[in-house]
Amino acid sequence: MVENRPFAQFMAYLTLVIGVLVVAFPVYLAIMASTFDAATIINGNMPLVPGDQAGVNYPRALFYGGVHAREPVGGMMLNSMIMAMGIAIGKILISILSAYAVVYFKFPFRKTAFWIIFITLMLPVEVRIYPTYKIVADLGLLDTYTGLIMPLIASATGTLLFRQFFMTIPDELLEASKIDGAGAFRFFKDTLLPLSITTIAALFVIQFIYGWNQYLWPLLITTKSSMQTIVIGIKKMITTTDALTEWQIAMTTAVLAMVPPVLVVIFMQRLFVKGLVETEK
Amino acid sequence: MEKRAHFSGWTLPLLLILPQMAITVIFFYWPASQAIWQSFLREDAFGLSSEFVGFENYLALFEQPEYYRAMVTTIIFSTLVAFFSLSVALLLATQADKNIRGGHAFKTLLIWPYAVAPAIAGVLWIFMFHPTLGTLARPIRAAGIDWNPMLNGNHAMILLVLSATWKHISYNFLFFLAGLQAIPKSVIEAGAIDGAGPMRRFWTIVFPLLSPTTFFLLVVTVVYVFFETFGIIDAVTGGGPAGQTTTLVYKVYADGRLGGDLGGSAAQSVILMVIVIALTAIQFRYVERKVQY
Amino acid sequence: MAGVTLDTVRKIYAGNVEAVKGVSLGIEDGSFCVLVGPSGCGKSTLLRMIAGLETISGGEIKIGNRVVNQVEPADRDIAMVFQNYALYPHMSVYDNMAYGLRNRKTPKDEIEKRVKEAARILAIEPFLDRKPRALSGGQRQRVAMGRAIVRKPQVFLFDEPLSNLDAKLRVQMRVEIKRLQKALGVTSIYVTHDQVEAMTLSDKLVVMSGGQIEQVGSPSEVYRRPETRFVATFIGSPPMNILPGKVEGPGRVSVGGQVIAVTDMREGLTPGSSIEVGLRPEDVQAGSAPGASSLAMEVDFVEELGATQLFHGKVAGTDFVVQASTGQIGADTRKLTLSIDPGNVHLFDPQSTKRLGRV
Repeated sequence: MVENRPFAQFMAYLTLVIGVLVVAFPVYLAIMASTFDAATIINGNMPLVPGDQAGVNYPRALFYGGVHAREPVGGMMLNSMIMAMGIAIGKILISILSAYAVVYFKFPFRKTAFWIIFITLMLPVEVRIYPTYKIVADLGLLDTYTGLIMPLIASATGTLLFRQFFMTIPDELLEASKIDGAGAFRFFKDTLLPLSITTIAALFVIQFIYGWNQYLWPLLITTKSSMQTIVIGIKKMITTTDALTEWQIAMTTAVLAMVPPVLVVIFMQRLFVKGLVETEK
Repeated sequence: MEKRAHFSGWTLPLLLILPQMAITVIFFYWPASQAIWQSFLREDAFGLSSEFVGFENYLALFEQPEYYRAMVTTIIFSTLVAFFSLSVALLLATQADKNIRGGHAFKTLLIWPYAVAPAIAGVLWIFMFHPTLGTLARPIRAAGIDWNPMLNGNHAMILLVLSATWKHISYNFLFFLAGLQAIPKSVIEAGAIDGAGPMRRFWTIVFPLLSPTTFFLLVVTVVYVFFETFGIIDAVTGGGPAGQTTTLVYKVYADGRLGGDLGGSAAQSVILMVIVIALTAIQFRYVERKVQY
Repeated sequence: MAGVTLDTVRKIYAGNVEAVKGVSLGIEDGSFCVLVGPSGCGKSTLLRMIAGLETISGGEIKIGNRVVNQVEPADRDIAMVFQNYALYPHMSVYDNMAYGLRNRKTPKDEIEKRVKEAARILAIEPFLDRKPRALSGGQRQRVAMGRAIVRKPQVFLFDEPLSNLDAKLRVQMRVEIKRLQKALGVTSIYVTHDQVEAMTLSDKLVVMSGGQIEQVGSPSEVYRRPETRFVATFIGSPPMNILPGKVEGPGRVSVGGQVIAVTDMREGLTPGSSIEVGLRPEDVQAGSAPGASSLAMEVDFVEELGATQLFHGKVAGTDFVVQASTGQIGADTRKLTLSIDPGNVHLFDPQSTKRLGRV
């Protein structure tokens, strides 16, 4: 900045601190709620300092579940993890291969193929939800991980991201590889893949969060409670007639549901920002 | 843009592209075309036969008052979330862009809500503002306001806007901060030499230079409100009370759940597709312009 | 090792753009051949066709006695140094040099021997474990050369390898490349747009323009006796002055009414016809000398180059530059008489731009 005025600095701190507190408050409350028993919460006077029930609530949520929706959250987290990993890895795998084909080969219908993939960028799964449901049902994939994962892999973001990255790799690198006697497979394995590591990691972070947080799609295609993901599970906990909601377990579950993706964002912040900014370009 | 150097041959590239093609066709083009096709059909009550009815499903849709209400709800919802999430994010980003100590820590502390699932965000906020046990609902009720998002449509909408804004500030903040950092310091210094004070510099130099980012974020935020807030609505209000917070996407889901009118549901999907394609097209035109600068 | 032979080589791009228009050229085994010309003249395309990176639209390229038109780059037994070096950024210097050999299943100890040897020659031994990004521009340049050397190819190809370096380093690397090529004796083809680089490096200088060869010869031949006006003005710095003139008779031409004698002049030119008179800035002397013809020059300003000065002005209304040793002419001189040695005058046909010298 041009000027360094103490007052402006103070205002900046003040604004940011208020911003951070407002942003953090809902989560703080949830963490507090996960340390009390049901009665303390229900009477509407929950204290803002931690209680002593965390040791009860977390094991119960993880290994037993709610009174009504009796499904251990541990299992739900496993389902969420499988779905998130499946989506992230699946997307990276198919999109790096297709981007390699589109960028580094000349073949008939290359442009057409690119456009066929590119158009999918425009339509999120929400707008074609029921026909997709019907197809997945017809294929017998309801209540399966394949059914959870596959339709969410069908998108162009990964292909575009890799294509964009490949375009920044100088042509001379391929030419040097050719002179060095590397064919299509070797160039991919020895040069392209090692150079793409950061891009792969960035895409992984973004897609992991995207996959973990999926809601509408798993809501539709999982009917068995054993296939539920954690985001669906928690919603089911609070909709059983309001008065009977076990808020302490619901909020414990909410905290558990936030932990993996939030940790990913905080500890892989650089990759997260890179992935977010570049998939949106 | 094209590469100068290529590999030759076409069996290998076709094999490489096959997995993506197969998944795209099975889970994207097939259902999308089904939706379009069904939107022109009417099935009989037992789903045994169907006949081609042209645009009748669309016309029927536009005769439903509920459809207009969903449209208005969506527009109000999008406008409010866009306004609040963009202005708060811009405020925070301009402060974080100042040369202050711990700027990076603030960035970390502000971006993590991006990682929270929309449905979870909804649960956090309904817990906070729950009419009987919500920590923040009590002071409101104490002030004499009969706060109850379960029964009052306006209260429900306020709660939705708050949760959706809360979750999206991080995204807008990140892009605004990147946009601010991309503005050359020399331009701002030139403004200072020309005698513009901090506020004036912001509105006459920084904000205009930031306008491509603002426009981009506006479109992204609208798309976010259209689709990703589904989880928030389902968790907080379930579209209620009395359908007062049912958006276009939520209506597709809710109508389809009831079953029955397949054609009408398909027509709703197709209209949504058109809206997204239009929004994306606007965004691309802008991106293209940006590229040409 | 082997020479390289080009026979009416053509390159036609999509849309009928002819980048190389039938080039024939023989490059002797072990010689250093430089292709020079302005950008877009087809020199890089030609080099890339020899490397096998561009398909050949017509004609034939031979390395040694083998026609290589359809041979993959890896199998042509060539090595190439790129303008941006094209080092593999994720591999160490050692691996960068070893990669091509490993792909050819060269035994491990042989690879190590060759890489160590090349590193020694190029003085990059201390950097073998580093990644390219930890190296300076000059060091990267050496690694790129090392990658070429370890392969022991029949031919080295250089595509403007020095243009990413700063001026001082460029001069230094130029000397090193020349020394290295002489020591290894490998046939080398080198593309540049820098005529100083071209003159200093080449045994055989090929000047190209518009997809065609303008002139082939030793650097001194090309400098002494440029075959076209293009070559005359492209080679030499500052460039040759070209004045419009008239034929007066055998051995005599005039510029703005001032008659000068010429040694190298085509016979039978019609008196009174137009002709272009070329004079190098360094070939004219200030002051009248006995036996030489002279031209009058009006001086506009002087550029100081240290050892020499450049006098900018006009001769018979056309821009003209004279290079003189510092102090030879007073810096505030406004009018000069230039004495012209008849042996230093170059004549060109205004239409065809070809040299009108003795046949």
